[in-house]
Amino acid sequence: MKITVTLNGKTRTSDVEPRLLLIHYLREEAGLTGPHIGCETSLCGACTVEVDGKAVKSCAMFAVQADGRNVLTIEGLAANGTLHPVQEAFWNEHALQCGFCTPGMIMASKQLLERNPNPTEDEIRHGIDGNLCRCTGYQHIVNAVKAAASKMGA
Amino acid sequence: MIAQNFDYTAPASLAEALSLLASGEAKPLAGGMSLIPMMKLRLAAPDQVVDLGRIPELNYIRHDGGRVRIGATATHHQVATSTTVRSQCPLLAATAAQIGDVQVRNMGTIGGSVAHADPAADYPAALLALGAEVTVANAGGSRTLSIEDFLVDTFTTALEPGEIITEISVPAGGGSGCHYQKMLQPASGFAIVGIAVQVTASGGVIASARVGVTGLTGKAFRAHGVEAALVGKSAAGIAEAVAGIADGVDANSDIHASAGYRCQMARVHAGRAVAAALAKA
Ligand SMILES: Cc1cc2nc3c(=O)[nH]c(=O)nc-3n(C[C@H](O)[C@H](O)[C@H](O)COP(=O)(O)OP(=O)(O)OC[C@H]3O[C@@H](n4cnc5c(N)ncnc54)[C@H](O)[C@@H]3O)c2cc1C
Ligand code: FES
Ligand code: FES
Repeated sequence: MKITVTLNGKTRTSDVEPRLLLIHYLREEAGLTGPHIGCETSLCGACTVEVDGKAVKSCAMFAVQADGRNVLTIEGLAANGTLHPVQEAFWNEHALQCGFCTPGMIMASKQLLERNPNPTEDEIRHGIDGNLCRCTGYQHIVNAVKAAASKMGA
Repeated sequence: MIAQNFDYTAPASLAEALSLLASGEAKPLAGGMSLIPMMKLRLAAPDQVVDLGRIPELNYIRHDGGRVRIGATATHHQVATSTTVRSQCPLLAATAAQIGDVQVRNMGTIGGSVAHADPAADYPAALLALGAEVTVANAGGSRTLSIEDFLVDTFTTALEPGEIITEISVPAGGGSGCHYQKMLQPASGFAIVGIAVQVTASGGVIASARVGVTGLTGKAFRAHGVEAALVGKSAAGIAEAVAGIADGVDANSDIHASAGYRCQMARVHAGRAVAAALAKA
């Protein structure tokens, strides 16, 4: 089936099987390996991307559902070489160790801050509870989201 | 994990969707949060999938005729954040906000959740407590059922082949005396037990109560006995009034909670849910 997706701002037309998952389309067809496959069972959030501004787990969506929509992956977040404030905060606050969960964590954190620019610690933990991290123990991730919130609010 | 291949259509109107589904062979796809994982595991292997996600007339939330009417494809996020739902039936908004995680709430829909009839799903508890109605349609017409009649058993509803849910409605003016309390399974967020409570009260004494229970048994249910026992009680009498919530039920048992533990947790969380609802009434 022919689909046309606006992927990180660029239009891309591909011929895909309806059963192709969005994550496989992104990684294998479009060559965007930023979104990761962790669990493949819609629990870990490593595959999180935005579709029309909404954070989704791309292992639980078919690529055909994204036909005609805007898809944003971690690769599309930095503008002209300038990191998005959430990316910068993850770097500054040491919010990653192995980095496997990071692309998904950043996309979920971005969604949280768009909907709630000044979250409490509880709201941050609730906002990223669809994303698992096996390394950091989450504290530095929470710190990074707080830092990004104050930077974006400033 | 790759699903069996299928034909995919994404109709733009309800009429078109109903005609594609009329044969009863095709499977409707809404948010995909239950169906796609099942297709990946090949627990479901439909030959035809009809995506309801591009039908504007199925996606709405409005207040009319004394009811809050929610189109089948309204997402959990839309329900949780709708000012209409929050003001007219806050119990439903509070329940939607506790489903899964943000990614699941962005995609998953109220129609999909109710049609799936997962015994651990959150919505049924609130919909039972609120007296919801479910409108279903096929190519020949539509009918409206109470949520009690709609939910038949575990993963089983009153939907006939070719029928889809078009709307779920609840009475408006639900009032602030409500609370949804769940003990969740930490990995998925599904309810081990979930208790939805709507009460009215005057001077700290309960005048009426409606209690919906999910997760405890194969099918969500209304705890009529507990509702009656709560009338006339103040905060001090809640624990005794809810003590019978699991009496005579055939409780679920799985790796997350044994039947006995679930029953005990139902009593504990019912007490907390009623206390919280009464405090807000
Ligand atoms: C990680 C994760 C965590 C979750 N946690 C929770 C939780 O805590 N609580 C909870 O309640 N749920 C939870 N869910 C399930 C989630 O709420 C689903 O969104 C919901 O069960 C199904 O809705 P859907 O729109 O995604 O339906 P789909 O998955 O698209 O469809 C589900 C079923 O309903 C049918 N269907 C869909 N729409 C209609 C319609 N309008 N008419 C007739 N049939 C229809 C489909 O054919 C399919 O059989 C979770 C899911 C995931 C992946
Ligand atoms: S890979 Fe999609 S949620 Fe884990
Ligand atoms: S940094 Fe390793 S999984 Fe999160």
